[in-house]
Order: sequence, then structure tokens, then C-alpha cells
Amino acid sequence: MTQYRDRIPLPPPDAQRTNLTCHFCIVGCGYHVYKWPENREGGRVPEENALGLDFRTQLPPLTVIMTPPMHNVVTDRDGSRHHILIVPDKECTVNQGLSSTRGGQMASVMFTGEGMSRQRLYYPMLFTGDDWVETNWDHALKVYAGVTKHILDTSGPDQIAFNVFDHGGAGGGFENTWGSGKLMFTAIQTPLVRIHNRPAYNSECHATRDMGIGELNNSYEDSEVADTLFYVGANGYETQTNYFLAHALPNMAGQSVEKKKQWFPGEGAEQAKVIFVDPRRSLTLSVAEHLAGKDNVLHLAIAPGTDTALFNGLLTYVVDKGWHDKEFIDAYTSGFEEALKANRIGLKECSKITGVPASDIEKAAEWAYAPKPSGHRKRTMHGYEKGIIWGNDNYRIQSALVDLVLATHNVGRRGTGVVRMGGHQEGYARPPYPGGRPAIYVDEEIIAGKGKMLTVWACNAFQTTLNAEQYREAVYRRAAIVRDVISKARGASADELTDLIVDAIENRGGLFVVNIDLYHTKFSSAAHLLLPAAHPGEMNLTSMNGERRMRLSERFMDPPGEAKPDCLIAADIANTLKAMYEKEGNAKMAKRFSGFDWKTEEDAFNDGFRKPEGIDSQGGPTGSLATYERLRAMGTNGVQLPIKEYKDGKLVGTEMVYADYKFDTKDGKAHFLPAPWTGLPGTVEAQKKKYRFWVNNGRTNHIWQTAYHDRFLAFRRDRFPMSPLEINPEDAKSLGIQSGDIVELHNDYGSTFAMAYLEPDIARGQTFMMFGYDNGVVGDVVTPWTDRNIIPYYKGTWADIRKVGTMKDYRRTVSFKRRRFLSA
Amino acid sequence: MTDLSRRRFLKASGAAAAAGAALGHSSLVEAQDSRGPVGATTLPYPREGIAKAGAIKENVPMPFNYPDSASFCQVIKMGRKVPGGVGPDGDIVAYSTQCTHMGCPLSYDKDARTFKCGCHFSIFDPEMGGQMVDGQSTENLPRILLEHDTKDDTLYAVAVEGLIYGRQCNIL
Repeated sequence: MTQYRDRIPLPPPDAQRTNLTCHFCIVGCGYHVYKWPENREGGRVPEENALGLDFRTQLPPLTVIMTPPMHNVVTDRDGSRHHILIVPDKECTVNQGLSSTRGGQMASVMFTGEGMSRQRLYYPMLFTGDDWVETNWDHALKVYAGVTKHILDTSGPDQIAFNVFDHGGAGGGFENTWGSGKLMFTAIQTPLVRIHNRPAYNSECHATRDMGIGELNNSYEDSEVADTLFYVGANGYETQTNYFLAHALPNMAGQSVEKKKQWFPGEGAEQAKVIFVDPRRSLTLSVAEHLAGKDNVLHLAIAPGTDTALFNGLLTYVVDKGWHDKEFIDAYTSGFEEALKANRIGLKECSKITGVPASDIEKAAEWAYAPKPSGHRKRTMHGYEKGIIWGNDNYRIQSALVDLVLATHNVGRRGTGVVRMGGHQEGYARPPYPGGRPAIYVDEEIIAGKGKMLTVWACNAFQTTLNAEQYREAVYRRAAIVRDVISKARGASADELTDLIVDAIENRGGLFVVNIDLYHTKFSSAAHLLLPAAHPGEMNLTSMNGERRMRLSERFMDPPGEAKPDCLIAADIANTLKAMYEKEGNAKMAKRFSGFDWKTEEDAFNDGFRKPEGIDSQGGPTGSLATYERLRAMGTNGVQLPIKEYKDGKLVGTEMVYADYKFDTKDGKAHFLPAPWTGLPGTVEAQKKKYRFWVNNGRTNHIWQTAYHDRFLAFRRDRFPMSPLEINPEDAKSLGIQSGDIVELHNDYGSTFAMAYLEPDIARGQTFMMFGYDNGVVGDVVTPWTDRNIIPYYKGTWADIRKVGTMKDYRRTVSFKRRRFLSA
Repeated sequence: MTDLSRRRFLKASGAAAAAGAALGHSSLVEAQDSRGPVGATTLPYPREGIAKAGAIKENVPMPFNYPDSASFCQVIKMGRKVPGGVGPDGDIVAYSTQCTHMGCPLSYDKDARTFKCGCHFSIFDPEMGGQMVDGQSTENLPRILLEHDTKDDTLYAVAVEGLIYGRQCNIL
């Protein structure tokens, strides 16, 4: 490649082609990976390249996506080098040939043996107390298992902590949730487990599930045929990009009217109306206005935290108007009257609480729930995400929203749904969690000195947890105790090292910290042992996306060094412990650590997902019908879970859930839940009273998650060298802040730093900071408050802001132009 | 005032094979196979005059084609010194205006001072080397490298940094 990066090798027609579902977000776009030997390349004539395109002339727009970041040269373990080209699949119904800026870069993060990929963990690493050294699996597992065994034998499982993923895609997947889950819950049996983004073992969707409605109950296609798209705390253009572009955009642009007429003969059909519930004027809202016209987009800019009041006001208004579906409510639900009574809020009061004009609330109700001119019930697709999941009492808001959806029969009918839009992909298959609900607030235990060992598995709470400053401080302090003790070791065997660690954690308040990850991360600064993991492509991996579409991503290359899939790491740990117990004749414990005779990730898949009895699996009872072979045959379109049958060589899935109105409750009816408006929690209210700015936070389009890859990529890092903070220009002026200045945000819980990014569409007194970044952690100013199920209220953050200084370099290299496509 | 002459200046390696070569899809181009003369690491970009610097109005982009008629570009005078800018004020830059995502033609928003794509809403900043402000591409806008001849005020396009959409190689 020249200094101009002005050409790209084409795959020859005989290049190997495998399927890969994107590593990253919930959408799960389908890609093809072409792999061919380093010394060959295809020709520009269609017959001479695997894409079948004519590169002798300029290709017309929208023909293909093919950029240098989609190409790389990878090195396998045998030393052979191959070109890879990872391009979106036009035949995949999810993305239809589109790639987002994130998925489009996948080739860039594959292991090449050079550049950023040398940051990958090749081998297990041990911290000697003052330095990191490479070790082998044997030694690493002896130490890991030795400490684990000691704690199990003396204190019991509930002193063994895990911060662990529960999702699909990279750092997840059915194989890996199973492997890690079987280790934690069946073998070790610990309840001291938290999840990557929340400090306990819980669901982000308890309320909707308790009501009988799983949170992924429709297909992406339903957004194409809905009359009204109702987005709540969701910013689809940035965070579920191709779901938005491939499925919502056509509807907003009026391109799906014919399809609606075909699907729903006799019903009125027109271009979608779009409602956004979001204090912030998001990028998605701006794009929607461009697509649909401002007259077809309604922004309910609610005061932060007032979602429940809004939904209760809408429910009240809708029922008073008689727009609810009495027959549906009577036949298929229970608890309506009770919920209505508890939730009731008049229009005026609703407007007062939310700050939304009464006329806009009425308009929203009409757009979403008034009968169509043809007399039919409107089909309204409700998509919600972190605005309410990390909102003011997750359980309460979700109940209020689903109450409204149930009352208006917007579940089970095509073109409707009440779905979370999603963050990561999904891919959950685990034995039942050995604890109750609410689960343990693990962060609090760690901070209080409880827990003796912490395994941080494919996640990074140093960047993603609430009250992060206090959390990091506690972990650093306790980990340092172990480091001090280890540093005295001279010529210590694995057993001797184990004894030293045990002394530190038993007698001195230490915490033994292990990371299982692709890289050193911020959390590694507190760790003692690192175990190297692999990502999709280096292993076969199954996941499902936001419409329950399960695909097999195929292995096409080797992981670096001795890195291996998480499920096989889990098996190694279990087998090491099993051998230790067998050695001392403890048959009972040896049995507990049995059942991990896996050679490959497919073995893990067959042991978990395909044996659904007695486990919690998104595959459900028919998971056994899926095999790698059958999934491979289904390509990038896979099958939508639950699988209905295997027929004529195809897996047949489920497009719409609850089409039969049999809900996931004991009595089969959907249960309304009372969700009266109760204001803000005291902890949060106290910060709001004391500090000037609301610090909203969330993802940005450019960056995936904790930037574990992105921090090494110039295209990403140059854009956001530091966490950007969107701030109103008038507010900024009052504080002497310009774009590119470094600001400090601080409140009673901590302080953090960000890069100011002035944005006129941000309201006075409100800001928005990128979440989870490695340079500027907003979690430092998030209160420790959680809802009844230990779900954080990340959005409930208030802080003061002051200018700290200016990074001349940021002004020189970072654009601070408007990110929104259209101005307000 | 575009100079449509397609004489190609070869690199100082002195390869004379293409001297006086015909243009377009001649057999000579095929023989070179668009990898340029052996020994050069850059493609055989033509040197083409596109306009007089003085004729370019501030904040009003001017279209041109480079390195051939199928590649649409725009040159723009920003009014302040910017990275990659040429001309007496160091403020003239040029970019391919085929979106690096899927090739839709970009339009310039003179108030926002950004190039925008109506297909999937990518936004690029001409004052920051074509940085993608937001959007779905994985590449910033390809920069057309310019030289300014102070003798006669001609702006020349001399190379492209970044791969133009819809091409395997910038030189067809």
C-alpha cells in the first residue's frame, strides 16, 4: 500500500468466502470475508474478481462498499499470510449491502502481527508485583485455579466475583456465555456476579418480561410497515445504524407505502409519522426530519427523567378518548383497571411535569393511537433503548410504556412491537443464576472489602460502571495489596505464588484480579493475571440480533499467540480445578467441575444451546434443532429464534412473537403493571438541586463500546481523542469555553474530564458526554443509585462544569462542525 | 479553465515508455496495468490545471474532474488557513465529492461549511482534511493534492490521497 492508500487488492474468483456477522452492535449486519494468498490478486474485469464487478470504469453510486479499512493482510499461526476483504452482503436481509462506520472497519482490527494488532494479548501474562511477564497456560491456570480452590474450600463460592459479558457478538456469543456461565453457575456456583454494564446479575428488561412480553418481539421489517414509529430514548442512526437505514428510512421517506398496502389490504397507508421521546435533539431526529419532513416528525423533549409521567399521561388521554382496544384487553390481559387507576395523570399535569406542551402530547396520542381514517387501528412500532433502560427507575418506566402499548394492542400485530432497540448483539445461554432477585450489588461488595477474587471477563467496568471513581479507587487499593505481597516472591512456584496471593486476600484485605480479554485495558492496570481471548473469525461464533436472527460467524483465521475462545478458557479453568480435586480424592467437587470435555467451541455450543432443558437460553426448547452445519447452510440470514422446525434442509424461524397472544406468563395473559409517577430518586434529586448541568450520556456513531479497538485506529482516535461533551454555546460562553477546550465535570461522587463540543441543538442547562470511553469516563459522576433490580440510572447525572485548559492539538486536528444533518 | 491535456508526467525514475502515449484505454495503459512504471510507488497521476486561484470565490466550491472525467471533485477556498491548503492564503483545498461510503454525490452546506451526503447522512469537513464529522464511511474524503503555480496563479491537481469510491485503484 502506498502512502496515498489509493488502491486495494481485489479477491480472485477462487478466494475463500465465509460468513461473518458484525462483531459489534445489536443490528448484526451480514458480511462476507474473502481470504486469499498474499501473492495473488484478482483482476478488474468482472470474471477476474470474486465480487464480479467491473473495475475498469467508475462504479455507479450504491453499487458496493469497498474501502481500504475493509482490507488487511493477516498472519496465521503457520506463518502464512493472506489478504482478507470484509464486505457487507447484499443478500443479507438485515443490512442489504450496507455497512456502518463501525462494522465497515472490521478488517482493520483483525490480527496481522503488525501495528495495532501487536497490542493483542498473545499469552497469559502475570504481574510480578512490579512488572508484567509472559507465562504459559499451565502456570496461569495453576495460579487461577489454586486461588479459586482455596476460596471455595474455605469461604465458599460467594467470595468469588465476576464482571462478565452476557451478550453476543465479539466478547460474547452463545458458545461463550455458555462456557463462562457453566463455570460460574454450575461449577463454582457463585452469585457474586455482575454484568458488563450494570453492577448485578439482572436483566435490563425485567418489567416487560414480568408483564409477559420479551423485549425482542418483532422483526426489523415491521419498522417498514408501521404507521407510526415511536422512539423512546433511542438514537437509531448512531447506535442501530443499519436497522435504521435499511428498515426505518424507507418508511420515513414514503418508499414503503406499496408494501403496506400489500401487507394490510384495505387499511389506510401513508408515509410514517415519527415521534421521538428524548430531552435531546439527537442525530436521528435530525435525519428523520430530513427524510420525512418536519411536519411528520414530533419531538417530545421531555424534562430529564419524566418518561413515566409522559406515558401515563398518554395512557390516560388515550383511554379517555376510547382509543384503547377493549376487546384485546379483556381477552388477553389482566390488571388493566388497576394499572390505569394507579397511572392516571391528566393532560395538564402531564404537560407540567414533562415540560411538553399539552398540544404536543395530544398530537403524539393522535399520531400513535387514534384510529386511521380508514377506521383501522394504527400500527405503532415502539423502539426504546438506554434513555429508559438507564433512565429514572427502569422498572417503572418500562412498565408505564408497556402498559400504554398493551392498552393499544401494539404487540403481536405486524407493523407494531414494543422492543428494545439494543446495544450489543445478544447470545445468551447459561445455567440458572444461583441467586435471587434483586441480585447482589457487586460493586458495593467489592468497595466494602468483600469478595476475594475478581475475574473481569471481556468487559471493563473501569469505564462502564456507575460511581466509577469510587469503584476504581477501591479496586486499585485492594489490588495493590496483592501486588505488594507478590512482589516479594523470589523463585516461587505456582503453588507458592498461590499461597502468597491467598495470604494477601485472606489476611490483608486484598483482591486478586484477573482479566480475560483481547487486550490490556484500563482495568488491567489493577490486574495480576491476564488471559488472552479470541474474537469472531478467530473462532466460530453464534449470536442473535435485535430481531432474534441467529447466525453462525465462521472461523477464517487463527488468533494470535496462544489466545483462545472464552468458552475454551472456561473449560481449561474447570478442568484444572477438576484435576486438583481428583488429586486429593474429593469426588464430589471433581464432579461439580466435570462436563467441560470440549475440544472446540462447537463442543461448547452443542453442550449448551443445543441442550436447552433446565437452562436459560434465548434458543428456547427448540434450540436443539440448531447445529453448526444447519446454521452454516442458512448463511447470513440465519434463522429467527425460536426455531419452529427444520424442514427441507432449512431452519424455519419466528418473525413475530405473540402473534397468537399467548404471553410469557403462567396464565398466558399479558399483565398490566401499575407504574405511578414518583418523581426523581432522592440521591439524584440532591445532585440536580446542587449542580448546574444535566450530564446526559451515551454512545456516538464513531466509537464502539469501550474503544478497545478504536483507541488504536487513527480514523477513530483522531476524531475523538477524548470523550466529547456536547454543550449549548450560550452555556459554554458563560463559562468561557470553546470547542476543543478541556473541561472538568464534578459533583459529590467524582470528577472527570471531557473535550467541549459546542452544539446549538443542545438545550440550555443540558449536556451530552460520550459514555464508556477510555479518555474521559462519565461514570465517575454517576451516582450509585439503582432501581429495585439494581439497574443504574446513568442518565440521572448532574454536575458542574469548568474549563480546565485547551488542547491546542485537538483544535488543530478535530472537527467541531455540526454532527446533525439538519438544523433545528 | 480546466486543462484537459492528458500528458502524464512520469516520475524521475526516467521510465520513458509512456512518453507521448495516447490517452484512455489504450493497450499501453493495459500493459502498464495501472500500477505505474516499475519502481514507482505512486500511481501515474496526471498533473492537471484546474483553475486560477484568484478565480475561486470564498466558500463557493467549484467542480472539476480528476484524475479523469468519471471522478467528480470540488475545489474550495475556505477563507482561512487550513490543513493541506494551498494558494497565497493557504486556504484552497480540493476533495473527491463522491461519498466514500457508497458514492452518492456530496453537496456543500455553506452555513455549516461541510460536505453532506443525502444517502446515509455522512458529513465531511473540508477544513480538517476531509475528516468525517459523522456518518457511515470508514474513510475521510479523498484529498486532491494541489500545487499552486505562483507564476501564473494556476492551481494544479497532482495526486489523490485516499481511494475514490467505486474504484479498485484511483487510476482506471
